[in-house]
Amino acid sequence: MSNFSVEFKNVTKKFGESTVLHDLNFGIHDGKITTILGFSGAGKTTLMKHILGLVDPTEGEVIVNGTVINQLGELELREFRRNFGMVFQYAALFNFLTSFENMAFPLREFTKLSEKEISEKVLGLLDSVGIGRDAAYKLPSELSGGMRKRVGLARGLALDPHVMLYDEPTSGLDPITTHMVYDLMKETHQRNLNRGFSSIIISHDIHATLKYSDYILFMEKGRVVEHSDTETFRKSENPIIRRFLEL
Amino acid sequence: MVQLALKQITNLGNSIIGMVNGLGDFTLFTGKTLFWTFKPPYRLRLLFEQIYFMGNKSIFIIFLTSIFTGAVFAFQIYLGIKAINPDSFIGPVVTIALAKELAPVLSGLVVAGRCGAAMAAQIGTMKVTEQIDALEVMGINGYQYLAVPRILGAMISMPLLSAIFLLVGYTGAWLIATKVLMIDEVLYTQKLSDFMTLGMVAEGLIKAAVFGYLIGIIGTYQGFNVTGGAEGVGKGTNMAVVWGMITVLVVDFFLTSFLAQIL
Repeated sequence: MSNFSVEFKNVTKKFGESTVLHDLNFGIHDGKITTILGFSGAGKTTLMKHILGLVDPTEGEVIVNGTVINQLGELELREFRRNFGMVFQYAALFNFLTSFENMAFPLREFTKLSEKEISEKVLGLLDSVGIGRDAAYKLPSELSGGMRKRVGLARGLALDPHVMLYDEPTSGLDPITTHMVYDLMKETHQRNLNRGFSSIIISHDIHATLKYSDYILFMEKGRVVEHSDTETFRKSENPIIRRFLEL
Repeated sequence: MVQLALKQITNLGNSIIGMVNGLGDFTLFTGKTLFWTFKPPYRLRLLFEQIYFMGNKSIFIIFLTSIFTGAVFAFQIYLGIKAINPDSFIGPVVTIALAKELAPVLSGLVVAGRCGAAMAAQIGTMKVTEQIDALEVMGINGYQYLAVPRILGAMISMPLLSAIFLLVGYTGAWLIATKVLMIDEVLYTQKLSDFMTLGMVAEGLIKAAVFGYLIGIIGTYQGFNVTGGAEGVGKGTNMAVVWGMITVLVVDFFLTSFLAQIL
């Protein structure tokens, strides 16, 4: 059994004439926090969409927990996506549902839990991400950016996923809230480690990345420039990475 | 001169390619929504929510539109044919026009304006704020969750609204004819039963259901194709209303020709 939660084997992605990902080969370590770092347009989001099976590679294989997901049929893939939790850049909470309903949504859709059990689970999730009971019955439009991210994280955790993805989770947040969100991500990761849990973060924030990540995968123009543990990355002599580190 | 001509030809070519692409996208979208209509889970709660929103919440505006349409139509017919004994004609002419044309078409225009816009705005907002992506990541199909209940909701609500339009419009016309224009009540009703058939009512209801489907598919398609933030949502909403209304009017013509042959 591989100790990678996600593996890319010879993955190339083309949109028409333009090649967005070039022959990617790497594995994301199981049980670790890996940050995918890079400038805008480096291919980070396309890479994340491959992990989620939202986009198929033109060539190659994307393997998640031992399953080649680009070979799954539409319905199998939808089933498989329950292995993932996702926190979106601006949380992407359903604007017609309260925080509580947002968190209960995946449980109502995919489990046979009773309303009482769902309520207990949601209240547990609220506590785990530090949301007070008063915020639970507010609509997303009534919450601050930081609170929305917490609700988004709680919703992502509702189905006990094995891989948690964060798409630029601190965009638009002030520095203090940014670190609070990173602390929360780290705590969440450690709390779930015993059941096989990997965190993948897409970020621009080099300082937070160095502080919180176990591994860093640096992308530039659709290629992986560096994939190493944080300490090795810090010492990289690659000029592009040096430029990023010196920001 | 040659360059200008070439530019015009290029623009024309690009417009045609754009239209063909758009038509292809729309056909694919229609196919996907059809596919997901018949795939479980069947989301009845969402369907009833949409029927409530499109049907129940549109009743007031349908009521207002229909009562005045019936009343003014009866009055205009009277003015137009008062020289040739209008008492025998007003009831059948107004009611047949309401049943076959006015009720489904005007209900369609109201629903396209009110609900087509709402569909595009709701789905478009969800699209630009990544809520549809969030559904997909959870393993829920966006077409099935968002488009299918709205399309079916419009398809079910429209005949109901059209029937209400017919009844209220008939009442408006009857009030004007018998209480203002002093046409004999018995004559009005008797002549109506001589001319009116169930097929005419069925024609209106079939048209309404088809219009509902088209308004639903256009509204949701525009919502799913929104790009570029709030401005894109506004544009999508506008397109949903414009195309919804045009489609109702154009399809009405072809549907009338088709239904005239089979009913």
